[in-house]
Amino acid sequence: MSEYKTIKEREEEITDEFSLFDSWEEKYEYIIDLGKRLEPLEEKYKVEENIIKGCQSTVWLTSDYKNGKVFYKADSDAIIVKGLISMLIKVLSGHKPDEILNAKLDFIRDIGMMTHLAQTRSNGLLSMVKQIKHYALAYKSADAA
Amino acid sequence: MEKTTTISPSFDVNTIRESFPVLEREVNNKLLVYLDNAATSQKPQVVIDALDYYYSNYNANIHRGIHTLAEEATAAYEATRNAVKDFIHATSADEIIFTRGTTEGINLVAYTWGRKNINAGDEIIISTMEHHSNIVPWQILCEEKKAVLKVIPISDEGELLIDKYKKLLSPKTKLVSIVHVSNALGTINPVKEIIDLAHENGAHVLVDGAQSTVHLDIDVQDMDCDFFAFSGHKIYGPTGAGVLYGKKKILEEMPVFMGGGEMIKEVTFEKTTYANLPYKYEAGTPNIADTIALKVALDFITETGKQLIRNHENNLLKYATEQMNSIRGLRIIGNAKNKVSVISFIIKDIHPQDVGVLLDNQGIAVRTGHHCTQPLMDCFQIPGTVRASFAMYNTKEEVDKLISGIQKSIKMLS
Repeated sequence: MSEYKTIKEREEEITDEFSLFDSWEEKYEYIIDLGKRLEPLEEKYKVEENIIKGCQSTVWLTSDYKNGKVFYKADSDAIIVKGLISMLIKVLSGHKPDEILNAKLDFIRDIGMMTHLAQTRSNGLLSMVKQIKHYALAYKSADAA
Repeated sequence: MEKTTTISPSFDVNTIRESFPVLEREVNNKLLVYLDNAATSQKPQVVIDALDYYYSNYNANIHRGIHTLAEEATAAYEATRNAVKDFIHATSADEIIFTRGTTEGINLVAYTWGRKNINAGDEIIISTMEHHSNIVPWQILCEEKKAVLKVIPISDEGELLIDKYKKLLSPKTKLVSIVHVSNALGTINPVKEIIDLAHENGAHVLVDGAQSTVHLDIDVQDMDCDFFAFSGHKIYGPTGAGVLYGKKKILEEMPVFMGGGEMIKEVTFEKTTYANLPYKYEAGTPNIADTIALKVALDFITETGKQLIRNHENNLLKYATEQMNSIRGLRIIGNAKNKVSVISFIIKDIHPQDVGVLLDNQGIAVRTGHHCTQPLMDCFQIPGTVRASFAMYNTKEEVDKLISGIQKSIKMLS
């Protein structure tokens, strides 16, 4: 595992990398590459209940709660979506529920991927963020109970 | 209508493009290439102007008003009804009912004619290539009435299997509801033959004309369909202005749809009598502005020349099909002999959505997904397709941009 970094620090890392890119092609090639390198989700997790609704492609998301921190795993049949998920996981996985719930995720705007957050797009980044936060909220509530 | 084509015997796509202001805009720093026409077409300036002019000069509620504005608005609204009558060759303007679009038209028939005429054990025939709008209303009706929905299968090329259709027809068949042109495949169905066979069996026929009206000459009398539904926004008109055609005799016998103003003759607390056709089915203040502008869209098509438009679109279809077939790994879904200018395709090992995102970054608008035809996608065992659909204003150069856009996308995704 890499050294611990806050959500903000991880966001900045991604923003810094994207600042090196001059063209949309470079940005998307980077995202596509992230998608290809994301570890495939084990088949047992690719079940109906892990599918995120509202995505044009199929997106599976699972989470695990260890020592007060949430860890996410995800997969998709579309590579760009998979790359976007990979970034979200990189930023949010391994943090406390509260940190995840409070994350503003400004990096999405900063790297010029806001269109993927728009509700009109079926790309589903918004649905993904919602589901990621939903898991965090569930763990937080369980802790409080 | 054929006569009008002589007004503009030549078809100049550049002149036509000048009529559509949106085509000048840039998307992601590239000149827009709009190839999502099967979802909705762009609007010519005259249609946009008609909307503006209505609201700026004679906005009024129609039919009941005695003042000048109300009379002008009513006259314009009813002029559209007459224009639609001519455009689809209906017998009478009374057969033209304004709706929000094709979906509402189909639902209107399901909720009125369907509820009255469909009983337990009756059968309704649709096809594998129907849009959800021509599946779900019948499923709801069948569930309510304990009727049975039958589905005409298709070939690998995306053509209806007429022999199978003949076998589905029986004395139990009460309705055949069939798409004229498939939105996902572009297939033109032999509706005349389908209608004749249904009528020989004593069944009624509804034709979903959402995709056909913009491309083909529509003659409801020659077709002899009992109902025909289409949407204004797919034929260069505004959204929210659609049409349901029905044979007069059938419409007269059908129960009313929604109750309210406009559709009544007399109301007392004991009993209400209903207005005559077509107002019987138009409860409440209708979509006046958009309906008025729909006439302008129809006139625009007629003045441009429907046959000339069709020739142009067919040339684009032929050229784009050839070019696409030369792309390695690309497979066109829907290879019917008779097609309109719609091309659905998939690329080996690449998700349609990824292609759509990368094309958008190149300023090219296509549609990706299941196109509201999930059973059809299941039939081809694919999650969806990329669909490029061409209109009168598209050019060969835009096809070239699409092809190089696809090639670039493949390169980036592989």
